Amino acid sequence: MEKVAINHVEKTFPGKSKNESFTVFKDISLTVAPGEFVSLLGPSGCGKSTLLNIVAGLDQATEGDVTVGTEKIKSPGSDRGVVFQEAALMPWLTVLENVMLATKKKMNKEDAKSSAEKYLKLVHLSKFLHSYPHELSGGMKQRVAIARALSMDPKVLLMDEPFGALDEQTRMMLHREVQFIWEETKKTILFVTHNIRESILLSDRIVLMGTRPGGIRKIYSVDLPRPRDPASPEFIQLEQDIMSILGGEIEKVMKEEMGDDFNSKKASLLYGTDRNMGNHI
Amino acid sequence: MYIGLFDTGILATALAESLQRISIGFSLALLIGGLLGVIIGVSKLADETLGSLVIALQSVPSIVWLPIALVLFQGGAGAIYFVVILGGTWAMTLNVRMGIKNVQPILIRAAKTMGYKNSELIWKVMLPASIPSALTGARLAWAFGWRALMAAELIGRGGLGRTLMDARDFFNMDLVVAIMIIISCIGLIVEYFIFSKIEKKVLSRWGLTNSAS
Ligand SMILES: Nc1ncnc2c1ncn2[C@@H]1O[C@H](COP(=O)(O)OP(=O)(O)OP(=O)(O)O)[C@@H](O)[C@H]1O
Ligand SMILES: [Mg+2]
Repeated sequence: MEKVAINHVEKTFPGKSKNESFTVFKDISLTVAPGEFVSLLGPSGCGKSTLLNIVAGLDQATEGDVTVGTEKIKSPGSDRGVVFQEAALMPWLTVLENVMLATKKKMNKEDAKSSAEKYLKLVHLSKFLHSYPHELSGGMKQRVAIARALSMDPKVLLMDEPFGALDEQTRMMLHREVQFIWEETKKTILFVTHNIRESILLSDRIVLMGTRPGGIRKIYSVDLPRPRDPASPEFIQLEQDIMSILGGEIEKVMKEEMGDDFNSKKASLLYGTDRNMGNHI
Repeated sequence: MYIGLFDTGILATALAESLQRISIGFSLALLIGGLLGVIIGVSKLADETLGSLVIALQSVPSIVWLPIALVLFQGGAGAIYFVVILGGTWAMTLNVRMGIKNVQPILIRAAKTMGYKNSELIWKVMLPASIPSALTGARLAWAFGWRALMAAELIGRGGLGRTLMDARDFFNMDLVVAIMIIISCIGLIVEYFIFSKIEKKVLSRWGLTNSAS
């Protein structure tokens, strides 16, 4: 459990020539308290993954820095567990071996095995220790990836649309599982999503990001008691608040990408304040 | 007649000699080719320099090297090994290179987040991930090596190839046909029984076949 501090971070991708370089975002500052669950929400291309990768150490910030606890991030490390949209399991290793790949780095073989088994039990996969990834469903693979990230006992858990590729039922089940894990382990979690409901359901705070210029638009504190009920009036109110801002951002992105073909009336039908919004983006 | 051939031991000796040559030559081709493939696959600099050289070398039928090899090794057995190794190495190199280049970046990124770096990444992720591709390389290396060996033996010394020529010189057409059958049988057995069995196993373990899911 550590705090994460993002200090005045800018990310610019160099183009072929100087004026072709592309600044995704500028001067982003955000502090995630120890044990806090924070979601990054925003339209496609606003730089959510880029920001998460910088915290993970997989990508370098052009300006500014990120600290976890008191340490400045320079490279990836096992103090930050990462779960990607794809499970990214090694296909030639069994479920247990995949998780042990993470734990073996830190402990001797016996401890690595018992630790791996412990976390696989936490995600209810004890029956599948010796299965290969291709024998598992998408949801199960993602649970292995979560167990793998947790098994290193990281200070922070970084998740980049971990349930984006899953069907609605599986996702709902994993939402419950993540909440349970979070309450159990009290990890600091930074969670990327473009699903509004998912972010309200899970997080303490929601950081709404936008594009052109990229950056933080607004931060919402979610003060609803857990477990949260998506049908409660407070939930729906917050969802609509966020939608009204996010909808504008999405419209901006679509206009940018589609040029004149873009019909904002059609778009408002597609992206209106329909409360299922976000599930389909 | 055929039993007589085996009794005199000519065939058995020739067969043993050819098999010894192919196994040593093939192993060395795997080793050299694999190592070169990993280097070219991992280092961009090596790829830009050695990479195109390997592609050029691969298009040369390895038997073409025999005259030079005979001079280099003063007609010794080394010349035949040289040709066999050259026959198999490049196919192995190019396939291992491709395997390493095609490792899904997400697997490497995932391993990095677990704290793996540099050579550990090669050992733990890139090499295992490229095994299916390396296996294809090995199969090709064997096929090229075996053909190169037979061609080299026809011209050079010892082995099935030489015996084949000797048999022709004595107008022993039965022996010629028998040796030809032996040569093709060995090719068939190794390619279709050994390699395709291993390949099937590896592909299913790597989740690359549809049958499992
Ligand atoms: N390696 C790169 N080189 C150049 N531009 C890049 C690179 N990686 C990302 N970008 C750009 O940076 C922007 C942000 O990308 P990023 O993947 O962080 O978006 P995102 O918010 O995660 O989107 P999504 O919701 O679709 O995953 C995009 O406009 C993308 O085109
Ligand atoms: Mg993304």
